[in-house]
Amino acid sequence: MKTLYDKLWEDHVVYNFDDDTSLIYIDRHLIHEVTSAQAFEGLRLANRKPWRINTNLAVPDHNVPTKNREIIDDPISRIQLETLDKNCKHTGITKFDMFDPRQGIVHVIGPEQGASLPGMTIVCGDSHTSTNGALGALAFGIGTSDVEHVLATQCLVLRKDKNMLINIGGVMEKGISAKDIILAIIGKIGTAGATGYAIEFAGEVIRSLSIEGRMTICNMSIEAGSRVGLVAVDKKTLDYVHGRPYSPKDNWSKAINFWQELKSDNDAKFDKVIEIDVSRIEPQVTWGTSPEMVISVNDSIPDPSETKDIIKREGYKNALNYMNLKPGMKFNQIKIDKVFIGSCTNSRIGDLRDAASIIEGKKVSKNIKLAMVVPGSGLIKRQAEDEGLAKIFIDSGFEWRDPGCSMCLGMNPDQLQSGERCASTSNRNFEGRQGPGGMTHLASPSMAAAAAIAGHFIDIRDL
Amino acid sequence: MRAFKTFTGIAVPLDRSNVDTDAIIPKEYLKSIKRTGFGENLFDSWRYLNENDSSRKKKTNRKANPNFILNKSPYDKAEILLARENFGCGSSREHAVWALSDFGFKAVLAPSFGDIFYSNSFKNGFLPVRLQAKEIDVLFNSSQSFPGFKLTINLKDQIVETQDNKNFRFSIEPNLKTRLLEGLDDIAVTLKYSDTIRKYEKNRSQLVPWLFKEI
Repeated sequence: MKTLYDKLWEDHVVYNFDDDTSLIYIDRHLIHEVTSAQAFEGLRLANRKPWRINTNLAVPDHNVPTKNREIIDDPISRIQLETLDKNCKHTGITKFDMFDPRQGIVHVIGPEQGASLPGMTIVCGDSHTSTNGALGALAFGIGTSDVEHVLATQCLVLRKDKNMLINIGGVMEKGISAKDIILAIIGKIGTAGATGYAIEFAGEVIRSLSIEGRMTICNMSIEAGSRVGLVAVDKKTLDYVHGRPYSPKDNWSKAINFWQELKSDNDAKFDKVIEIDVSRIEPQVTWGTSPEMVISVNDSIPDPSETKDIIKREGYKNALNYMNLKPGMKFNQIKIDKVFIGSCTNSRIGDLRDAASIIEGKKVSKNIKLAMVVPGSGLIKRQAEDEGLAKIFIDSGFEWRDPGCSMCLGMNPDQLQSGERCASTSNRNFEGRQGPGGMTHLASPSMAAAAAIAGHFIDIRDL
Repeated sequence: MRAFKTFTGIAVPLDRSNVDTDAIIPKEYLKSIKRTGFGENLFDSWRYLNENDSSRKKKTNRKANPNFILNKSPYDKAEILLARENFGCGSSREHAVWALSDFGFKAVLAPSFGDIFYSNSFKNGFLPVRLQAKEIDVLFNSSQSFPGFKLTINLKDQIVETQDNKNFRFSIEPNLKTRLLEGLDDIAVTLKYSDTIRKYEKNRSQLVPWLFKEI
């Protein structure tokens, strides 16, 4: 009768308060430089010590340059990175520094290192922590006050979310990826469609996807309003986790017995169920400034006057104005200036293989000012180099960079200039997200790669 | 944390839905390691006509956008923000709440909020109030028609009162209400349960020992 979310929740209840909230134990805390400094400062001011030092893992990712990282020009970025360094040294928290091959985007390295495991509660001061839910872990983003709370107590006071099931069935056409599926879901239910719910993604399509594909889907749960995205454990999960540096070794068989129960019961009750048929999904792209402003690549830019809801209509008008687009324009004729392949959504090895297979032997279009690939971690970078993917990218005219969040949000030097239009594999197309005045179109790695070659988006199924 | 008291202030209507935390405080301004000073860059790209010098080599003279409502008197002295649905969606950055507070806002009223923003607010003595969309419409009309229109927020009785004596009751999670009214230190409250947490850890480390392996 229980959902996977119910089970994970109950396993972590330390104490139930009488006001509908619970004290929930946090197994793993991942830390990056942007949202942690004030939390460490708070601890110091209150003369508190971290509760369980050796369950925290820190990595710099948002501010790190993706080339020539020995020199950080922006003094404020540098201070933020140095502050993380000092805080970790002072408390004894393990940190992968910028030059460690294990360094990368926090949501990529957690699973990669086996620091994120099935059945865990995992938090980080970053909304895309839901990525880790692909392993059957209860993982969600928190603010800085909660970062401090977890450091000090290893717990959070939480109210349980409602349960939502998104059941994904049908047959995926060639060229359609996990990114297209999650964009289609957000387009359908909206950016507040799952607010207050924990989403479990299930169905035959989820089973058929790799763990990396499942991560892409769970990653963007927050773009549908939900802090939590989950996928039940199956053989693929166990195979993925096996042999990673922080995965259990002595207790492996005990662990897998435990993990195999991490699925919703057959008769579990969900507060809301949504059915998605992927057979009808075409390559998805965003046209506007909210991740719900999604269309198929062959569609035209929508006309706000056809939208009945007055607030939504105004939102469409603002978006068209910002994106410098007109209703009725064919999306696949809009020229783009930059291409970014990376981010915690799409920077894993499978993403890079997908993109490389599209561009092999071709050249980046002349109207593209910059096409860049930013692997999710140093280890992914190395693997891609060993597999020959890096050479394919470089030969095509892509820049091959060092790992980090990079142009997903441009806290480092990788930014769009005002008026530049970007095909991006990241997760947010908000105004100014990739740089003030920059315009973002979200898409899958294959679609972004194909756009780099054509100079505009094309339907990769036509290749 | 400071306690939230009943107060009266000017309301300012921000007529956009899905205002994300990137819009509230853009990433260029997340690099500070302090909790204060973010108010200057609240709604930065809407509030100013020119961008900051990104090299930070010199201080940019920012030009206020005269059409943006927070730059118009008397809205520039507002303490209550009126917003549309899904306010504060997106990134978990608590800097969004710090920026609103630092600017001088004490509360935001909207039909719905992003979850993480909502939860972050309460940790900073800042009150997000959920009202029905049609109630928000009424408040938008009043504050647009009468610049300087004041609202009183009474958290104890869960009522928003307008200067023309309309009352709107709002619901709020009891624990969050208590926390704001009393200005509690959340960590100190949790630490009262230290023994319970240790007991949980002891049981759990026997059941799932691999979760207690050191990193």
